[in-house]
Amino acid sequence: MLELALKGDKKYWGWVIALLAVIGVAFAVYLKQLDFGLGITGMSRDVSWGFYIAQFTFLVGVAAGGVMVVLPRYLHDYKAFGRITILGEFLAIAAVVMCLLFIIADLGQPMRAFNVILYPTPGSVLFWDMIVLNGYLLLNIVIGWNVLEAERNNIHYAKWVKPLIITSIIWAPAIHTVTAFLYCGLPGRGFWMTAILAPRFLASAFAAGPALLILLCLIIRKVTKFDPGREQIQSLAKIVTYAIIINVFFLLCEVFVVFYSRIPSHMSHLQYLFVGLHGHGALVPWMWTSMALMATSIVLLVIPAVRKNESVLAFACVILFIGTWIDKGMGMISGGFVPNPLHHVTEYMPTLPEILITLGVYATGLLVLTILFKVAVGVKEEVSGVKDTCESC
Amino acid sequence: MGNSRRSFLKVAGITALGIGTKPVLDVFAASGGHGAEPKPEVSQNEEALTAKRWGMVIDTRKFHSAEDLDPIIEACHKIHNVPELTEPRHKIMWLWGDEYKHVFTHREHELINDRIKHLPFLVLCNHCEKPACVRACPTKATFKRDDGIVLMDFHRCIGCRFCMAACPYGSRSFNFRDPRPFIKEENKEFPTRMKGVVEKCNFCAERLAVGKMPACVEASNGAITFGDLDDSESEVREVLRTNYTIRRKPDLGAGPSVYYIV
Repeated sequence: MLELALKGDKKYWGWVIALLAVIGVAFAVYLKQLDFGLGITGMSRDVSWGFYIAQFTFLVGVAAGGVMVVLPRYLHDYKAFGRITILGEFLAIAAVVMCLLFIIADLGQPMRAFNVILYPTPGSVLFWDMIVLNGYLLLNIVIGWNVLEAERNNIHYAKWVKPLIITSIIWAPAIHTVTAFLYCGLPGRGFWMTAILAPRFLASAFAAGPALLILLCLIIRKVTKFDPGREQIQSLAKIVTYAIIINVFFLLCEVFVVFYSRIPSHMSHLQYLFVGLHGHGALVPWMWTSMALMATSIVLLVIPAVRKNESVLAFACVILFIGTWIDKGMGMISGGFVPNPLHHVTEYMPTLPEILITLGVYATGLLVLTILFKVAVGVKEEVSGVKDTCESC
Repeated sequence: MGNSRRSFLKVAGITALGIGTKPVLDVFAASGGHGAEPKPEVSQNEEALTAKRWGMVIDTRKFHSAEDLDPIIEACHKIHNVPELTEPRHKIMWLWGDEYKHVFTHREHELINDRIKHLPFLVLCNHCEKPACVRACPTKATFKRDDGIVLMDFHRCIGCRFCMAACPYGSRSFNFRDPRPFIKEENKEFPTRMKGVVEKCNFCAERLAVGKMPACVEASNGAITFGDLDDSESEVREVLRTNYTIRRKPDLGAGPSVYYIV
C-alpha cells in the first residue's frame, strides 16, 4: 500500500520536501549535540529534564488519545467511527515515533540505549515505559495496516486482528499511566507526587489527542476527496468537551489540596508556575495563557449550538491544543524541578539548538503522519470510487 | 528468489538462536560443566576496610565558616577528578556546602540562632538504605553494594538522568559536556568521566578498598567520623550514642547514612 504515498501532486511533494528540510537542519544540530553533549540545551544540574522530556510526555498523551476513536468503534460498535479509526491509529503511530525520538534526543549516551534491554531492570519505571511505548507502536502498525489492507481488498480483516485491537484499547491508557508513574513515584518532588497525576495525564490526553484528530479531519476534507464525515467530527467534539472539562477539574482538585494543606514543598511549585517564586517567574505568562485558552475552549465547546459550527469548533480545538501543550509541554516538567529539592530556584528555558532539535522531531512525526494519512486516504478514495482512474487496480 | 530468501531466513534464524542462547550457555559454563574453565575470582585486598553498613557523622560544631569546608571539598574533588566548570548550569559537585534552610528544608524556622543560620553545612550523597536513585535507574548503572555504598558504573550509564529526578537530596550531577579539559590536575589513580553520564560521591569506595579512610574524613581534622553503623563498638556508633544527631528529610524513609551533629 506504501506506493500510494508515492503518488501526489506538487503541493504534497512540496510539503514533504519542506519537512525533510527541517529534519535535515535539526539533524545537523543534533550532531552538534552529540559532539558537545547536552550542555547545548538549557538544562542544568537543578532542572535535569527539559523540553525533550516534556514533549515526550505531551505526545504520549496524543498517542493514547487515538484510542478515543478505536474504543467506541470496537467496544460499542459505533459504526460511524469505522470511517476514521485508521486515522486515530496512524496518528498514534506518528506520536509514538516522536516520543521515542525525544527519548533518544534526551539521552546523554544514546549509543548505550540498548543497555535498557541488555540489563533489564523491572524495578525501574523507565524499563516499563520502554515496553509499553514500543508495544503500542507495534500494535498500531500491525492493526492499522491489516485493517486498512482488508478495507482495500473489500474483505473483513483477519480474525487474529480482533484480540490485538482489544489489547490496544487496554494498552492505550497504560502508556500514559506508566508515563505518569515516571514522575509521581519520586520522593522529594512535591509537584508530581500526587495520585491524580495519571488521571490528569489521561484527561488532557483524551482532550488534546482527539482535538488534533478533529483538526486533521478538517484538513483532510479540504485537501483530499475523502470526507471523514460531519457526524464523526461532532462525536469527537463531544469526547474532547468532556475530557477537557475533566482535565481542568482535576487541576482544580490539585490546586485545592495543595493550597488548603499549605505544605510548602507541594505549594512552591504551583506558586512558581502561576505567581512566581523568589522573584523568578518566567513561566507565569505562559501558564495563565494556558489557563485562559483551556477555559475559553470549554466555553465554546460546552454549548452544543456553538460546537456544531465547524469553524468555531476548529478554533476551539486549536486553542485547546495549545493550552494543553503549554500546560504539559512547558509547565509540567519544569514545574516539578523548580524549586529543586534543596529549595533553590534555578529557572529553565530551552535554548535555540534545543528548540531546533525539537522542531526536527516534530517534523519527523509530521512526515510519518503525512505518509500514513496519504496511504489511508488513498485507500478510502479507491474503495469509495471517488477517484476516476486507479492505476494499481 | 524464494530459495535465497529461505536460506537467508535460515541463517538469520540460526544467528538469532545463537544470540538468544549465549547467556544461557554462559550460565552452564559458569556452573562448571565439562571442561568449563573456573570463573576468575577477585580476592580482596587484605588491608581493605570493610563494614556491614558504612555511615558518617558530621560534627557541624567544629565548622565556623565556608573557609573551614573548602579544604575538605577540595580534597574530595581533587582525588576524584571532579571538573571545575564555570557555567553554573553544568556544575559537578560531589561534596559541597549549603545553608541550614536548604539542607534541612523541613526544619527551617525564622528564629533559628545566628550560628546555624549562617553556617554552611556539608552536603553529599546520603548512601541511603533504600535509595530512590537505584530504584529509578533502568540499567542498574547505579547500585547499592552489600556494605551500603551506592555506586555508579560510568560505563553503563545511558545518561537518562532518571536518578537525578529521583534523588530527594540533589546529590547527583550530570556531565553536560566533556569534563576532562576542566580537571586542573588529573589523579591517574581514579577514572575521569566522559560527557553524558551521571556521577556523585562514592564514599571513597576506592580508598576503603586499599585501607584508607575517605578523603573528606582525613581532611576534616576529626570533624567527620566514618565507620560501620552495624557495629555497636565502632567509633561512629559511639559518636551517635553520645550526641543528638539529625538526618536530612528522614520523613521520606530513604534512610540516609549521613548524620549531622548540630
